[in-house]
Amino acid sequence: MIKSIEKEISLDRRAFIKKVLGGTIAGSLLLVIPAGAMELEHIPEQIPGMRKEIGPFITGKKFAFIVDITRCIGCGSCCVADKNEYQVPDGNYRTWVERYVIDDKDNVYVDSPNGGLDGYQKPRKDLPYPVRDTFFVPKLCNMCEHPSCVQVCPVGATFQTDDGFVLIDDKRCVGCGYCVQACPYSVRFINPKTHTADKCTWCYHRVRKGLLPACVNVCPVQARKFGDLNDHESEVYKILHQPHVVSVLKPDMGNKPSLHYVGLRREVV
Amino acid sequence: MSPEHGAAVATALTNFVFPNDLHVHWSLMIVLYPYITGIVAGAFIVSSLYHVFHIESLKPVSRYALIFALAFLAFATAPLLIHLGHPERAMNMMLTPSPTSAMAGFGYIYSAYAVVLILEILFIYRPTLVALKQKSTGGMKFLYYLLTLGSDNLSPEALRVDHKITAFLAAIGIPMACTLHGYVGFIFGGVKANPMWATPLMPVIFLLSASVSGIAGIIFSYVLIKRYTGKSIDMDCIRTLIKFLWGCFILDFVFEMLELFSHAYMATHHWEALRDLYVGPLYWSFIVAQVGIFSVIPFIGLGILSLVKLSDKIVMKWGTILSFMILVQVLLMRWNVVIGGQLMSKSERGHAVFHPGWFTKEGIIVSIIIMILPIALLWLLSKVFPFWLDDDPAVERQSA
Repeated sequence: MIKSIEKEISLDRRAFIKKVLGGTIAGSLLLVIPAGAMELEHIPEQIPGMRKEIGPFITGKKFAFIVDITRCIGCGSCCVADKNEYQVPDGNYRTWVERYVIDDKDNVYVDSPNGGLDGYQKPRKDLPYPVRDTFFVPKLCNMCEHPSCVQVCPVGATFQTDDGFVLIDDKRCVGCGYCVQACPYSVRFINPKTHTADKCTWCYHRVRKGLLPACVNVCPVQARKFGDLNDHESEVYKILHQPHVVSVLKPDMGNKPSLHYVGLRREVV
Repeated sequence: MSPEHGAAVATALTNFVFPNDLHVHWSLMIVLYPYITGIVAGAFIVSSLYHVFHIESLKPVSRYALIFALAFLAFATAPLLIHLGHPERAMNMMLTPSPTSAMAGFGYIYSAYAVVLILEILFIYRPTLVALKQKSTGGMKFLYYLLTLGSDNLSPEALRVDHKITAFLAAIGIPMACTLHGYVGFIFGGVKANPMWATPLMPVIFLLSASVSGIAGIIFSYVLIKRYTGKSIDMDCIRTLIKFLWGCFILDFVFEMLELFSHAYMATHHWEALRDLYVGPLYWSFIVAQVGIFSVIPFIGLGILSLVKLSDKIVMKWGTILSFMILVQVLLMRWNVVIGGQLMSKSERGHAVFHPGWFTKEGIIVSIIIMILPIALLWLLSKVFPFWLDDDPAVERQSA
């Protein structure tokens, strides 16, 4: 009995050493071969036609982001993906998820501890009346057609690209914080590491490579959707052109966001 | 549970601040920036009351007001530079400005105003500077040579030209001073995302509060300097300044209250959040301090000093105390607008808290230093530009 166990262990040991050697060789090869190029070739294009785009701006595309409130489960995966993608300093949020709870006396309770980064794993128990409704609202940059941040930036460091993205040139930003004040949606912050303005970019660097934004990629329930409105086969086109309950945040601000919400409730600010 | 108690619990629980709104980005430095700029604009207006509108009783402070404005103007950008994340890129605002930005114009307006103020001082002081150049030796002589731009010509013809230039500069200086501070108000008033700031009254309130802070600063420092140096105080001048201070403060205080009243009366969907702000985090600094103590008392006090016949001693003593209270009132107003506006989250469901640090980059110690620097510069300038006509060698020579 003991001998058979010893034999098993020695076999395991041999297998283990083989695996370590194999891993080392494979790892060394990965270091030699340019990894980036290889990666992109092997990842299928997630936004059709994007890899044919050349030049500084994306032409012939009009991007939209849709958040489906009726789907979001408040798991916080999007927030984790975003924080990992950009190494967002603690206490600042490029995206966050809010939890709305409405009681039977129509009181609205909202919270977003740590921006929802840890996921909403337990229900709120501090409420005085029975709960009648609850839902989650993910927030991110609204990529306004008339962005207040671009309007107020004194040096043009925040700009709107021809393809509709609102981006920040951190080599030009003076860190005055005027854009932080001007954004009606509070999606901006001054990055404590770079001392410049920072915010969600809808993962512009990924989109340029034909990949979906990180948060869209990881959402387990497809509550976050991204696509080209000029592509009539895209999901975002279909949602915005079919009879859905779709709205934007703070429409009276006049900023015309490109971020749309399916099932947006009047309680949401 | 009683309904009242339930409501209280509900209010406490609904305090939701957007995660990025927990941090107050514009802190003490941005409180000081409009405060200093306002003092500059207000002091210039005092000088112009004599130079343009020929209010003769203000002659004793007409030149001092200009130097006082210059001392503060020199440090108006200091808090901004300390605040910027990248001060080394500050000049980009003037080199590559974005034309749509309400902030991008500041560099130009500030610089143009600085040029007008410096030229005004050099031309008004020219006979004095020429006389001082003749009296002085060494480095001071060279300094006066530079300040007179090398010209000793004090012929009646040359002085007439000087006078025309100073009248012109003072005349364009008034709209520029108004633009400078009205514009600073617009930097806040143009932020539509902030319901507390976004009111067309904001530039008006900023401009009026600038005027009162400038006049109050002149009264307070004039009396203090004269008392300290043991020189006589021109009571006619003080009484006139108090009347102007009262007049401007009536407008200022009324507009400040009208702004609040408009918000309350219209009671749009923003009002609930604004009201919670005023009765919550701003209760002590706004309702009690700014309005209750530092507005109501000077409002009544200045009225009494202006309307009732009182002895010189009482007018001087209370004029100085009330002027100091006005200076505090304006500082409180800047705090309540700049900090208060940011405490209300754009979620309109709650407010953040803010306590300034003592030793941080934008903290209390740095703020105190920034407020001392203009006073130190004013002392240095007094060594070059005599503030008062009775110390002026040119005046002595003319009268001799």
